[in-house]
Amino acid sequence: MSYTIQGRTGEWELVVGLEVHAQVISQAKLFSGAPTAFGAEPNSQVSFVDAAFPGMLPVLNRFCVEQAVRTGLGLQARINPVSRFDRKNYFYADLPPGYQISQYEHPIVGTGSIEIELADGSTREIGVTRLHLEQDAGKSIHDQHPTKSLIDLNRAGVALMEIVSEPDIRSPEEAGAYLRKLRSILRYLGTCDGNMEEGSMRADVNVSVRKHGEPYRTRCEVKNVNSVRFVMQAIEAEAARQVAVWEDGGAVMQETRLFDPGRGETRSMRSKEDAHDYRYFPDPDLPLLVLDEAWIETLRDSLPELPDAKKARFMQEYGLSAYDAGVLVAEQATALFYETVARGRDPKIAANWVTGDFFAALNRTGRGIEDPPVSAVALGQLLDLMADGTINGRIAKDVFEAMIETGKDPGAIVAEKGLRQVTDTGAIDAAVDAILAANADKVAEYRGGKDKLFGFFVGQTMKAMAGKGNPALINETLKRKLAG
Amino acid sequence: MLTDLTIEQARAGLRAGDFTAVELTMAHLHAIEVLNPRLNAYLDVRHDRALDQARAADAALAAGDARALTGIPLAIKDLFCTAGVRTTAGSKILEPFVPPYESTVTANLLRDGAVFLGKTNMDEFAMGSSNMTSAYGPVENPWKRRQDESAVLVPGGSSGGSAAAVAARLALGATGTDTGGSIRQPASFCGLVGVKPTYGRCSRWGVVAFASSLDHPGPFARTVRDGAILLGSMAGHDPKDSTSADVPVPDWEAACTRSVQGLRIGVPREYRMDGMPSEIDALWRQGLDWLRDAGAEIVEVSLPHTKYGLAAYYVVAPAEASSNLARYDGVRFGARTDGAELRDLYERTRANGFGSEVRRRIMIGTYVLSAGYYDAYYLRAQKVRALILQDFTEAFGRVDALLTPTAPSAAFGQGEKMDDPITMYLNDVFTVPANLAGVPGISVPAGLDPNGLPLGLQVLAKPFDEATMFTVAAALERAAGFDALPTLRAGGEG
Amino acid sequence: MSLDPATVRRIASLARIRVEEAEVATLQNELNGILAWIEQLNEVNVDGVTPLTGGAQMALKLREDVVTDGGYPDQVLGNAPDRIGDFYAVPKVVE
Ligand SMILES: [Mg+2]
Ligand SMILES: [Zn+2]
Repeated sequence: MSYTIQGRTGEWELVVGLEVHAQVISQAKLFSGAPTAFGAEPNSQVSFVDAAFPGMLPVLNRFCVEQAVRTGLGLQARINPVSRFDRKNYFYADLPPGYQISQYEHPIVGTGSIEIELADGSTREIGVTRLHLEQDAGKSIHDQHPTKSLIDLNRAGVALMEIVSEPDIRSPEEAGAYLRKLRSILRYLGTCDGNMEEGSMRADVNVSVRKHGEPYRTRCEVKNVNSVRFVMQAIEAEAARQVAVWEDGGAVMQETRLFDPGRGETRSMRSKEDAHDYRYFPDPDLPLLVLDEAWIETLRDSLPELPDAKKARFMQEYGLSAYDAGVLVAEQATALFYETVARGRDPKIAANWVTGDFFAALNRTGRGIEDPPVSAVALGQLLDLMADGTINGRIAKDVFEAMIETGKDPGAIVAEKGLRQVTDTGAIDAAVDAILAANADKVAEYRGGKDKLFGFFVGQTMKAMAGKGNPALINETLKRKLAG
Repeated sequence: MLTDLTIEQARAGLRAGDFTAVELTMAHLHAIEVLNPRLNAYLDVRHDRALDQARAADAALAAGDARALTGIPLAIKDLFCTAGVRTTAGSKILEPFVPPYESTVTANLLRDGAVFLGKTNMDEFAMGSSNMTSAYGPVENPWKRRQDESAVLVPGGSSGGSAAAVAARLALGATGTDTGGSIRQPASFCGLVGVKPTYGRCSRWGVVAFASSLDHPGPFARTVRDGAILLGSMAGHDPKDSTSADVPVPDWEAACTRSVQGLRIGVPREYRMDGMPSEIDALWRQGLDWLRDAGAEIVEVSLPHTKYGLAAYYVVAPAEASSNLARYDGVRFGARTDGAELRDLYERTRANGFGSEVRRRIMIGTYVLSAGYYDAYYLRAQKVRALILQDFTEAFGRVDALLTPTAPSAAFGQGEKMDDPITMYLNDVFTVPANLAGVPGISVPAGLDPNGLPLGLQVLAKPFDEATMFTVAAALERAAGFDALPTLRAGGEG
Repeated sequence: MSLDPATVRRIASLARIRVEEAEVATLQNELNGILAWIEQLNEVNVDGVTPLTGGAQMALKLREDVVTDGGYPDQVLGNAPDRIGDFYAVPKVVE
C-alpha cells in the first residue's frame, strides 16, 4: 500500500526525514548547575554560564550523557566511544554566547533504527542516522510589548537530544508512526517525556518529492512542528506545494519553512542570507568525551524491556493479537496495568476489558493511565467475580461503572447492591414459568418453529430477575421448558 | 623602601612584625598616586578595599593565621573578573561591566590573604603585544633608553599594565594571562619574571576568554622565587573549568633552590632566526654558558615546525576569539549602541565597542571558519599545531628543558611596529609555540641591550614539570645577577 | 585566496560588525595581508596528521546531575543595558 501523490504529470513519491529534538529528563542543565523545571519566573533558572557572562565555562552533566547513551541503546544504535562537542555559531537574542554547543562531526550515538507499524499491520524499518547532545536556546517573547522582544533564558542550556532519521519515510502515516514509536521508546527509557504540546519533543521535517525511480530532489525543512497530527498535515501540505511548483515548471528552493496549522499550509521563513554558515568548530572549552565500554555495557544491562520486545512477549505469553499487543505496549504504564490485570487470569478477557471498557473510561473521565479511575487490582477483582460466577457479564458492566463513581472495590459494590448472580434453580424455574405463562401466544409460535423468539424469552426472564440470573442456567431452563 | 621588597622578603617582614600590611599597602597606594597618572598601568585603583584587606591581613597575622600571601599587595590584570569590581578586558564594550563573581585564580589569591590594589591596563581582550590596543590608553614602560630618556617605550603586551606596575614598584606581583606570549614578552620588556604555566594548571574560570585553547593565567614577579610563590597560590584543580588538570601542586619554592647539575638543556636550532639582533643571540649563548657552568648538559635539538607556529596561531586564536567574543552583543551586559532592529543593534554595538585590532581578528577568525575555508585554514592550522606539539614531545624525550630568547627585541617605542599588523605579531615568535603545545614557560631577566633595556631568556619545560622550569630559571637568575632598575619607579626618579 | 570587497562585507555581516563603505578597502588590504602571510602554512606537509583541537591533553570530566546554580535573576539581569521586568529587552524581532 504505497503512498503516492497524483499530479497532473503523473504520480509522485514522497521522501521525508525527521529531525527530532527531545528534551532530556534531568535535574540540571547540560553544561550548568541551573535547574530545568518548567514554568518558573523569568530568568530565575539561569546561571552566569547560561547567560554567557564573561569568563564562564561549560561543565558536562554526566546524567545527560547517560540519558543519551541509554536512548542510543534503545534505538539499537552504535554508541561512539569518543565524541566531541562543537560550536554552532550564529547570533540570536535568545542564544547568549552567540553559539550553541552541539555535536557536529562526532556525535555520541551513530546509526540505529526504529521499527514502525502501519494500520494494515505491516512493519517497516526507519533508519536513524545519529543522535547527538546539544543545548536548548532561551525564549523570545514577541507579543508582550509594542516595540520590544523580551528574553527569558530559563530554557537556555537545557539538554536536548537531536535524533535524525534517514530519509526513509514515504508517507504522512509513516511519519506519524515513527514519531509515536520514538516517543514510546523515549518514555520507556525515561529519557524524555515526549510531550510535544509543551515542546519537550519538537520535530523538524525534511520533505521532498520525486518521480518513481528518480534520485532525490531538493528538500525543504519545515521547522518546529509540535504535534504528530501537525507533522502529518505539514508533510501533506508541503508535498502538495512542491508537486505544484515542479509541475508548473518551477524549481523547489532549499529553504526553511514554517507550518501554519490554521491555514493548513507551509510558508517560507524570512530568509536570512547567512543563516547557513554556522562556522562549526570544536569547542575549545571541552576536551573529547570518552566513554568507558564497561560503563556502556552496564547501561545496556539496565535497559527496561522496550515496546518491541514487550509486544512480542504479550503475543507469545498471553496469546494476544498483534493489534491488541501493540495497543497495550504503546505506553509502559498501560502495559504494566494490563499485566497486573492479566496475571493469573484469562489474558484475552483481561485484554478486552483493558482496551474496551477501561480505555473508554479513561477517555470519558479525561484521566491518564498514571491516575486511572479504576485500579488494575480492582479491575482484576472484578474479573475474578465474573470467573467464579458471583456476577455475570452484564452486571459486571454496572459494577465497573459503580467502581468509577464510588471508588469502592467490586466485592463491596456487589454486596451492597445485592448484585450477586442468582443460581438458585428454584427461583429460575419460577421466573421462567411466569414468563412462559404470560406469553402463551409466543410460546406457541416458538414451538411452531420460530426459533428466533428464544432470545426474547431470555431477555424477559433476565429482566424479571433484575439482570441477576445466571445466564447459563436461564438458557438451560428455558430450553427444557420450551421443549415441553 | 617597602615597595622594593620581594614577596619573599615582605612575607618574612610581615611575619616578623617589621612592618604591617597596612603600611605595605599604603606605600604602594602612595606610589601609585605618584606614578600611575603617567604610566597608566592601573585602570582602577581600589584604595579603600585594599586597605580593608590589609587590615584583615594584619588581624590574621596577629592571630597567627598567616597564609602564603597574607598582606601581599598585588595588581590584577583587568581580564580577571573580580566580584563587585569593574572588569573591562581593556575594551569599551565592557566599560560598564561589574561581574558578580570572582575568578578562580583571584579567589585563590584572596584565599591566601593577598591584598588587591587594583585592576591593570591591557591590550583590548588581550589582543596585542604593546598595550597600544587598550581602549583606555597606552601604558608607559618604566624603563628608558640610556641615550634617549624622552622616548616613551611600550611595556609589551597584552599584560602591559601588570608588567609596568610590578616593574615600577607599584605592586609586589601581578596576575597576567598569556595566550601567545602576553606574560613572557612584557616580562622581558620590563625586566621581570613572567610565568606561563602548563595549560590546565591555572583555572580559566572567570577569566575573560580570548582564545580558550591558548589562554594561560600566570604571575609576574621580580624574582623567580616570587613567581613560584604566586603560581603556587594561583594554580590548582578547578571543577568549574573542564580543561583544568587534576594534578597536585608541588612545592615550587623548593624547586628554585635545586641545582641544575645533570639536567639536559636543549637548544632548539630553529630559534636562531635570520635577522635576530646580535645582542639577543649573545645573551642566549651567555645563558647556555651559565647553565653549563652550573653543571647542566647542553644539547642541540630540533623543533622543525616552530617557524610555522606564529601563522598557525594567527588562525587558531582569531577563530576561537571570533566565537568567544560573540557574546558581546549589547543584550545582557556591557555597552550597547541602539539600533532600529536587533541586527542593527548588534552591528553598531560591536562596531563601536570593539577597537580596530579586535575587529580585525574577529573578521579573520570568522573567515577561517566560514564555509569553504575551514579546511584550508583552520583545519590545516590545527594539524600544524599537532606537529608543533609533536616536536616538543620528541625534544622533551631527550632533554629536561629548553632555553631560548623570550622576544626578538627589547622594548620598542610607542607607535613603532604599527604600520602593519604582522610586524607586531612577530613579537611573539619565540613564545607562541609554547601556547600551541601547552608546555610551561618562564621569562627571566638576564641582561641589558646596548640601550640599557632589559632582555629576557625563556625556559620551556615538559607539561606539568614547572618544577624543573623553576630550577633552571633560578639558576639563570643567580648567574645573571640582574640588578638593573627602571628609571620610573617608586622612590626613584619620576 | 584573497578577499574581494563583497567577501569583506559578508564576513563583517556574519560577525555582526558594522563596516562603513569607506572602511572596506582598508580592511580588505589588512585582511589580505594577514591571509597571505598565513598561507606559509601550505608549505607544511600535513598528510595523515590528526588535528590538535584543544589545549588540554585529557578526557572530558563530568559533573553530577545536581542543581547547584541559578535562582539569582537580579544578578543575571544586573548588568543588562535594557530590561523590562525580569526580562532582557531588545528591539522587536519579526520572525
Ligand atoms: Mg536541525
Ligand atoms: Zn539541533
